Amino acid sequence: MHNNRYVLIFVFIMTTIVALVLSFMSIGLKGTHDRNEAIFNKKAILSSIQDHLGEGVKAADMPDQEVLDIFTNQIEQIVVDINGNPISKEDVEALYKGGLAENIDMAKEKKKDPVDRMYPVFVYKTDSGEKFHIVSVRGNGLWDEIWGCVAIKDDFKTVVGAAFDHKGETPGLGAEIKDNPTFAKQFAGKSLYNPEGEFTSVFVRKGGAVNKTYEVDGISGATVTADGVSDMLYSGIQHYLSYFEKNKS
Amino acid sequence: MAETQVLEKKEPTFAFGKSERKLLTDPLDDNNPITIQVLGICSALAVTTLMFPSIIMAIAVVFVCAFSSLFTSILRNHIPKQVRMIVQLVIIAFLVTVVELSLKAINYPVYKQLSVFIGLIITNCIVMGRLEAFASANRPWRAFLDGIGNGLGYGVILIIVAFIREVFGKGTFLAGTPIEAKLIGPTGEYFINTAESSWFGWYTNNNLMVLPAAAMFIIGILIWIQRSRNPKLVDIS
Repeated sequence: MHNNRYVLIFVFIMTTIVALVLSFMSIGLKGTHDRNEAIFNKKAILSSIQDHLGEGVKAADMPDQEVLDIFTNQIEQIVVDINGNPISKEDVEALYKGGLAENIDMAKEKKKDPVDRMYPVFVYKTDSGEKFHIVSVRGNGLWDEIWGCVAIKDDFKTVVGAAFDHKGETPGLGAEIKDNPTFAKQFAGKSLYNPEGEFTSVFVRKGGAVNKTYEVDGISGATVTADGVSDMLYSGIQHYLSYFEKNKS
Repeated sequence: MAETQVLEKKEPTFAFGKSERKLLTDPLDDNNPITIQVLGICSALAVTTLMFPSIIMAIAVVFVCAFSSLFTSILRNHIPKQVRMIVQLVIIAFLVTVVELSLKAINYPVYKQLSVFIGLIITNCIVMGRLEAFASANRPWRAFLDGIGNGLGYGVILIIVAFIREVFGKGTFLAGTPIEAKLIGPTGEYFINTAESSWFGWYTNNNLMVLPAAAMFIIGILIWIQRSRNPKLVDIS
């Protein structure tokens, strides 16, 4: 048996060494970590316009530099409020370091009252001069949060593409919103409005889409997640309507 | 204490004889941490949907197991007995954090995919079990080999389970890596196209395989095969 003094000194020295090594490592790698995280988020945004990035290109497999180039050359980042008015970089920076749309933490924004939220918009210019407005939405699935990006054409009616992700949906069922590329593919070409001109957003219909202009097929066995996607799209895109209205040409 | 230290010094430090080889090979089969000792089941059920994350997880556990055994063994005569387990836990937690920070820097998507399970290596019973049972009573070299062996024993089962689950659940092999192969599925890009093939038209991917329950069945079947093959393992009592 060692005496108490030995124990204390031993533990003190050991924890000091461990703490020092780990904090040096953490500080040393912080730059790489932040860069990786930013690229991961950017790829998620780009996967909503995957079909327009080039033949056979998958956003998730793109080289890092290419992703950064697209963001500097072809994407304009705007932050708007509920009325569609742009929020200045300084005001965003007060909450999120960096002050750009990509820095906004949607999980934090979701907890706020919709009136006070900041809404990120990524305007993507294609090589042919078309403009796509990519908006972020966030909602609830069956077990935990789900989120996604929806790209909308310049007419602010037609969906170009969508990409979803989730925190803890069931693999093979709810998780198919992310894992099964055919689910997200269905959103391309759908209209956010019904033929009467009423805002409907895109609806995920259990048992298969009835009205093909604004409905997509659900996933069997994942009704709650699919309903979550519908709700998320409806309430999420609704908040962007005044932004759409202001930018309609 | 003094006598045993004199005895230990007679052997070469990095011997690699029969007993050392046994340290490496035993956990792969006769004393496998998952199928025989039934340790580390939690992560084996959770991370084995795809092969690539399972391989990363296996490497992480081998690293943590080997080096925590090595450090514990080096310090074994200096660690105060009263706080033995806490010291071991600090060593494990230290190595796990090193793995986590490195993986986050090297491959962020896999880090996201494995999420909490890298952190949960700390609570993996295999690591702590080997420190208590072996490393705290053996010389560093032997402890290091034992750590590698047990990490590999865990990893082998993980990769076998992940292989079965990925092939039958998703129809792919090593998805997410450059050598990804699409084996069986309903579109043209798969090797066996079930939509057109007259032989495999009935086949669809088994959704159960994607759920953790499938891993439990597969591990159960592996235990069954292993015991029926090796009568030494059958509990006759």
